[in-house]
Amino acid sequence: MNEAILVDRAHASQPIRTRLALTIAGFGTLALLTCVLAPLVGSTQISLARVFDRSIPFEQNVDAQIFFVARLPRVLAGALAGAALAAAGVVFQAMLRNPLATPFTLGVSAGASLGAMLAIIFGVSVSLGPFTSVPLASFIGASLATALVYWLATSPGRAMSTSVLLLAGVTLNSFFSALIMFVQYIADFAQVYRAARWLMGDLDVGGFEPIAAAVPLTAVAFGLFALLPSSLNLLSLGADAAAVRGVDVVRSQRLAFFSASLATSAAVSLAGPIGFIGIVVPHLVRLMVGVDHRIVLPASTLFGAAFLVACDLLARTLLAPVEIPVGVVTAMIGGPFFLWLLVRKG
Amino acid sequence: MMSLTAQHISYSHGRPDFALRDVSLSIARQSLTGLLGPNGCGKTTLLKLLAGVLQPDRGEVHLDRRALAGMPRREVARQIAVVPQETHPAFDYTVMEMVLMGRHPHLGAFQLEGPDDLAIARDSLAATGTAHLADRSYMTLSGGEKQRVVIASALAQAPHVLLLDEPTASLDLGYQLEVASLLRRLNRERGVTMVLATHDLNLAASLCDTLVLLQDGRVLAQGPTRDVLTPAMVHQLYGVDADVTFHDRAGHLTVVPVGRR
Repeated sequence: MNEAILVDRAHASQPIRTRLALTIAGFGTLALLTCVLAPLVGSTQISLARVFDRSIPFEQNVDAQIFFVARLPRVLAGALAGAALAAAGVVFQAMLRNPLATPFTLGVSAGASLGAMLAIIFGVSVSLGPFTSVPLASFIGASLATALVYWLATSPGRAMSTSVLLLAGVTLNSFFSALIMFVQYIADFAQVYRAARWLMGDLDVGGFEPIAAAVPLTAVAFGLFALLPSSLNLLSLGADAAAVRGVDVVRSQRLAFFSASLATSAAVSLAGPIGFIGIVVPHLVRLMVGVDHRIVLPASTLFGAAFLVACDLLARTLLAPVEIPVGVVTAMIGGPFFLWLLVRKG
Repeated sequence: MMSLTAQHISYSHGRPDFALRDVSLSIARQSLTGLLGPNGCGKTTLLKLLAGVLQPDRGEVHLDRRALAGMPRREVARQIAVVPQETHPAFDYTVMEMVLMGRHPHLGAFQLEGPDDLAIARDSLAATGTAHLADRSYMTLSGGEKQRVVIASALAQAPHVLLLDEPTASLDLGYQLEVASLLRRLNRERGVTMVLATHDLNLAASLCDTLVLLQDGRVLAQGPTRDVLTPAMVHQLYGVDADVTFHDRAGHLTVVPVGRR
């Protein structure tokens, strides 16, 4: 298996502590700047100084209202989904030992999509806390898909088979896609339009509540991610190689699988299945900082946030006043990039 | 000090055609033991059982009277390192990164490697003659360089026991001798106990003080190399007619296969 992609390695001479600090500072600044500047751009020009001008009451400060009410939720949704998808991509690529894996490879997003489709088309309206019916249904669909893949690929006390995981994922993806097509076929036009729109990914979440629903799930996933990076380095050498260097392979694999699935489920239930973030971001980050997962994971998280916010900015400004679905923008960038990665290693 | 013993271990994992049956052996500390046997006789499986990566269906492996099965992986990895036949990382790690991964069992969950770990990694690279490769990409190395880097990574674990699976299989003659003399030096100078599985009878004869012959998952013979490495045993093991003579210039037994019988 020689699928790894060669990277520039000028970085590797510095000690890990310095590299980690520099990376977090650099990518952190980028993510923060993107999140503050992105809401300033749009059909109405607003000024950052006026937004944060305390002398004007909020009710009369139109700039602040546009910034905080109209645009910030969308930017935060992008940051959250981008961070979660990019980090999940890193984790899946390491645990599957396959640099071309994505958060959607194992069928999590297809399960989420089927759930969302069913909720849209059968007009289900239940809610649970901050979850409305579509995010709730997509989260349930993602969880069921995760459980199914896990059940298929594990046997008690043994390491997961990466080839079985990949095959199960590919099969589930096409199976769920078939079900989605069937559900769309029996639905009426208005519902199909809404469903298709959801499948393209949409960060226009309409307020802070959907974000509040996704934050706890993402927080749990990232809490688990924090336990993983050095194990991911070793897992990417192979299960036996990891075990003989002191990694509890079964535990680490399960932790990686469930945390990455959880992050993916949270992101997809918030913003729909936005493609390519989980592969473009980790690879760009590796080109910049090398392949050590203790650096790549935090860097991809921060860069993923910045990247999706930037893509969404393009989506709403490029053909303004027409908006392009953000999933189309990420695919336009990601597709050629993915092909370039494939060709480059040859 | 470290000694590794297997007591009546059996392993099949549900495959009756492929099994280790009632294997007992005792690896004395600082010994250099060769594990010989035809393809599929269970050498690699036995090494994995000795490393605690696989658990025997019956019997126990002990490291200094402690059952391996009851020890945390991290603790086992501080004592036992393994050099597999081949290591294929999924990502393009540098040689230094590969070697530093050997420090994993010595680091806490959130601990990054410090100056001591770097010093140990550099020392391991120097011991295997790969210091000049530190910043190179592991994937771009030749087979011989890769094998030495993986040995360096195992040395960085500062193990008392080193298990090697055909460490010279993919190497040319020059590298074979180089790796052999490296292993001999590590054994003598650092007192590392070694078990190596190999098909190279001459390598085993030159390097090992003890041999374990494995056939169809059972121990056919074990003992000092000069007692075990005989034409009769070679014939029984491989079905090959061979001359086994002491080579004066090499200073060890040599095996010359004459024909299949």
